[in-house]
Amino acid sequence: MADVFKGVEPIIYNSKISVPYSWWAGDTASRFFISLRDDRKIIAPRCGTCKKVFMPPRKTCPECFTENTEWIDVSSEGTVVSYSVARRPLEAIPADKKIPVIWGLIKLDGADTALLHYLGDVKPEEVRIGMRVKAVFADSRTGTIRDISHFKPVK
Amino acid sequence: MDKAAIIGVGMTKIEANKERDTFADMAWEAVNKALADAGMTIDDIDNVITTSSDFWDGRTISCMAVADASGAADKNTSCVEGDGTYGAFYGYARALSGSYKTTLVTGHSKGSQCVSSLITNSAFDPIYERGLGMDMVTACAMQANAYMDRTGLKPEDMAPVSIKNHGNALKNPLAQLPMKLTLDDVMKSEMIADPLRKLDCSPVSDGCCAVIIAHESVAAKFKQQPVWIKGLSFCTDHFFFGDRDLARSNSLVEAAKNAYGMAGIKDPKKEIDVVELYDAFTYQELLWLEEMGLAEYGKAAGLLKAGHFNMDGPLPVNPSGGLLAGHPVIAAGLYRIAEVVLQLRGDAGAHQVKKAKTGLAHGVNGLCGQSHCVWILDKER
Repeated sequence: MADVFKGVEPIIYNSKISVPYSWWAGDTASRFFISLRDDRKIIAPRCGTCKKVFMPPRKTCPECFTENTEWIDVSSEGTVVSYSVARRPLEAIPADKKIPVIWGLIKLDGADTALLHYLGDVKPEEVRIGMRVKAVFADSRTGTIRDISHFKPVK
Repeated sequence: MDKAAIIGVGMTKIEANKERDTFADMAWEAVNKALADAGMTIDDIDNVITTSSDFWDGRTISCMAVADASGAADKNTSCVEGDGTYGAFYGYARALSGSYKTTLVTGHSKGSQCVSSLITNSAFDPIYERGLGMDMVTACAMQANAYMDRTGLKPEDMAPVSIKNHGNALKNPLAQLPMKLTLDDVMKSEMIADPLRKLDCSPVSDGCCAVIIAHESVAAKFKQQPVWIKGLSFCTDHFFFGDRDLARSNSLVEAAKNAYGMAGIKDPKKEIDVVELYDAFTYQELLWLEEMGLAEYGKAAGLLKAGHFNMDGPLPVNPSGGLLAGHPVIAAGLYRIAEVVLQLRGDAGAHQVKKAKTGLAHGVNGLCGQSHCVWILDKER
């Protein structure tokens, strides 16, 4: 049988999967986002059993398998646990961010787990694990994780 | 407990762009290779498990689209979303259930057809994380930084993994990226996400793998020498990175411990003869070896440099070239199982290692090794 590909371009069916999808943030994340949006305060739920404070907020303690009932204020300052730098533009990176984009895992003072967010006002070469950073709130806040613009080094 | 064995394996060549094959075409090739390897016909198979991911396949209920080409018509067919080692775990459980004698397990994916960073970005939590734009590579760079910080290792300590595995692939005709590399080649390749350079990262790949798992009552009925499943476990860590110790992998420690216990292995460093593991990035080969107890924490790089994990070393790791030489997501762990089976049978050809009685195959599911599946396979029952 003759090679169907000989001298021709492979045939491709081009498409795009674009399905609108809205995630309900739920009562736990909503409380956290409302606090960011309206008060520029970072709050976190605490497990009533082991007393661990969770960032990002979630309804249940994964260790105790019980519901987190209390909310506490955590600091807007914390420590970089790890970081990553994108040198190539990625399709998933929001259009307003320019490479290099730096992400950090930030353990806020008063929390037991670390939050994933952007590091900014710093060069990639200057980022260190253990470095102290502080939340910079966005001027325009709409109740999303980006109501925190980024975390910047504490001078 | 009943026993089960792998009695046939089939792999397509791993390639960057399988423009001649649809998903079903790849499954057809891998399944027929596995049947031929086992000395079976499709009528000898009593149930089928396909492994796939809807996001990677660009369609819903992706598993069903390959069922016909896998010979599943009129058979009991089920599917697993995740790495192929998890599909095979289900196949093994079915063999032990007493209801199934011969289970065909497939795993397929085509990275070439999608924008992989958008697919892996979708694995992040949509409420808190996804909009920040991270993908698998940038997430793993975060783990690599945590690992280097904890161990004091440098990028040049991890680069030899790339040299070894791409070099091993020169002897594997199914590998996508056989390459003879120098340290300079790796260290001067493009920086993708600090500290990961292009040659620290596995490529985007297409491929399909099939394995046939038989209950002990029929394992010797067909022509192929059975390779016995002696130990098997998977464990999962927390979803959020910030909940985990990213410099370690606790779920792998647990999975390996369970698998060794089940297989009666007391000293894995001495009793395991060959390893095929999930080296999606150079640092992962080192970290996974350490968490599986095959090197002390932070010490695998030193052993690697001394040639310990070379094809002719005391513990060959990824003689096939591993994921660095070809990474069809989802199928990748199943390829590891198939490769260990070939090694234990003495059928690995040019990349055959010398002594191989007991082998370890390893698969990963989730970002930064959230979940690990460890298989102990043995030539002897």
